Amino acid sequence: MIAKTRAPERTRPAPRVRALSVLGKVGTYALLTVILVFAVFPFLWTLAISLTDKTVSNGVSIYDFPASLFPRHLTLNNFTDVYKTFSLGKYVWNSVVISTLTVIGTLFVASLAAYPLARIRFPGRAIILGIILSTLVLPSETSFIVNVLTLRNLGILGTYAGVVLPVLATAFGIFVMRSAYLAIPETLLEAARLDGATELQIWWRIMLPLSVPTLTALAIFTLVGSWNDYFWPSLALITNEDLQPLAVAVLKLRGQFNYDPFNIAAGAMIMMLPVLVVFLAAQKFFMRGLDGAVKG
Amino acid sequence: MNKTRTTLTAYAMLLPALVLLGVFTLYPVLYNVVLSFSKYTALELGAGKGPSWVGLENYQKVFSDPLYQTGIVNSLKYLVVVPILQIFSLLVAVLVNRSLPAIAFFRAGYYIPVITSISLAAVMWEWVYAKDGMINAALQGLGVLSKTSAFGWLINENTALWAIMFVTFWQGFGYYMVLYLAGLQSIPTELDEAARLDGATKTQVFWKITVPLMKPTLMICSLLSTLAALRVLQEIMVFTGGGPVNSTYTALFYVYSKAFKEFDYGQGAAAGMGVALIGFLLSYVNYRLTRDQQVTG
Repeated sequence: MIAKTRAPERTRPAPRVRALSVLGKVGTYALLTVILVFAVFPFLWTLAISLTDKTVSNGVSIYDFPASLFPRHLTLNNFTDVYKTFSLGKYVWNSVVISTLTVIGTLFVASLAAYPLARIRFPGRAIILGIILSTLVLPSETSFIVNVLTLRNLGILGTYAGVVLPVLATAFGIFVMRSAYLAIPETLLEAARLDGATELQIWWRIMLPLSVPTLTALAIFTLVGSWNDYFWPSLALITNEDLQPLAVAVLKLRGQFNYDPFNIAAGAMIMMLPVLVVFLAAQKFFMRGLDGAVKG
Repeated sequence: MNKTRTTLTAYAMLLPALVLLGVFTLYPVLYNVVLSFSKYTALELGAGKGPSWVGLENYQKVFSDPLYQTGIVNSLKYLVVVPILQIFSLLVAVLVNRSLPAIAFFRAGYYIPVITSISLAAVMWEWVYAKDGMINAALQGLGVLSKTSAFGWLINENTALWAIMFVTFWQGFGYYMVLYLAGLQSIPTELDEAARLDGATKTQVFWKITVPLMKPTLMICSLLSTLAALRVLQEIMVFTGGGPVNSTYTALFYVYSKAFKEFDYGQGAAAGMGVALIGFLLSYVNYRLTRDQQVTG
């Protein structure tokens, strides 16, 4: 695929360059479009299914190609149907609570811990930085076993706290905030210290307001990750299915309803749409945030 | 006096993070080692007893279990996705690293699978892979597959693992594309402009300038992708639960099943140590490759 488009782009003697570059552009866009379709077609198909009016003609099937890709009778009934029948509201609420607590907690823990690491000289700083950095390379494959046992011992297995607490502190969050603080001019801090401000006041009054863009990026990142997470919530709430978020509940839909794919698709879209809206509104944060994640 | 107070403030601010990291990140890794040498099941847990030391017993049981061996083999098979994923992501990154109209639209589109929850991916791809699903319909349309020989890709033991791997590929390429894009944009444009002036073709610039300069990014991404492939678990949980005929039973799925279906935490921990060891070896190989390249290149 790549070879095909590369060939026409090669620099050639002058008269042919123009025609070839037009051809190259068309080829490039064709290729871009093919990859785009590959990336989004399952999503678009599910969207189409969720909007299909299954009552219009008997025997509407999601496997009726290409008709199921382009439904002729659109409706929002599947959404209300799945919402009522499966009391989806409960799971939406669980997702909202878990994600909100995770975002607020992560921002608090990371922004608080990053300040001394970035801006206070104190004994043991290098060691603590090293320890936090080391968590990035730990073989954490099996942490989930011990964490479930720990939650049990703490008596918070099957609670919101049990889902949220283990994921709040991440080296990623701390280092992202730390680099935001490092970019703030030292003169600001000196002036505040001369005026008698405490370190906590400097953090709250100067550092936090000046690092709002980074806080926002971290918040969006954490929100999307938390909203979508399947594995950890399904384990931490193994004993209390009533508190499970939508990401876990949506898979249980498959077993219910006599497998009504139209309702499942609607449930899936209810879950996807908030993430999609947040992502489209804040794309740049995603792209830039990842850049920072690798450079550490 | 003031200095002591500053130090205390620093530690107070670090306290929540350190406690949480200690309890939920550092401690599990260390305690898992202890657990792997101990008898600890739902029985002990229910009776309020702690783990008791049994030496290598868990390791002997787990490593001689054919199911664990199948899991290790399947996890290693899963690594096939890594080179394909990395090469494709790099090529897509090169493709979108141009200032073309609407290029941001395509970049964003490629990232949508990354922000799709695995449970949604499961719902969507199950329909794609179904016996009457989109893939079979397309193959039948092309005349590659006859109506009678259609099969569900996830319930066929020869295809299930590869079908799940393909979902990993689909979900992952946008992520690595963004990382490669960041790498590409940090290459100074003067370099390839100079090469182009010297008469180098685009292909030559790609192989002689872009690829060598991208080596560090390539290595990091390959490592991330290798460890992710080795640790694949959620995909198995949501798609097949290890079946059909254990054909998608990965090593980490074995760990999960031991601990949370058979409730044998000791054996689960021991099985996990095997996965951790393989991960360590693979990281080491990657490190050596990177180092050698830096010495010679």
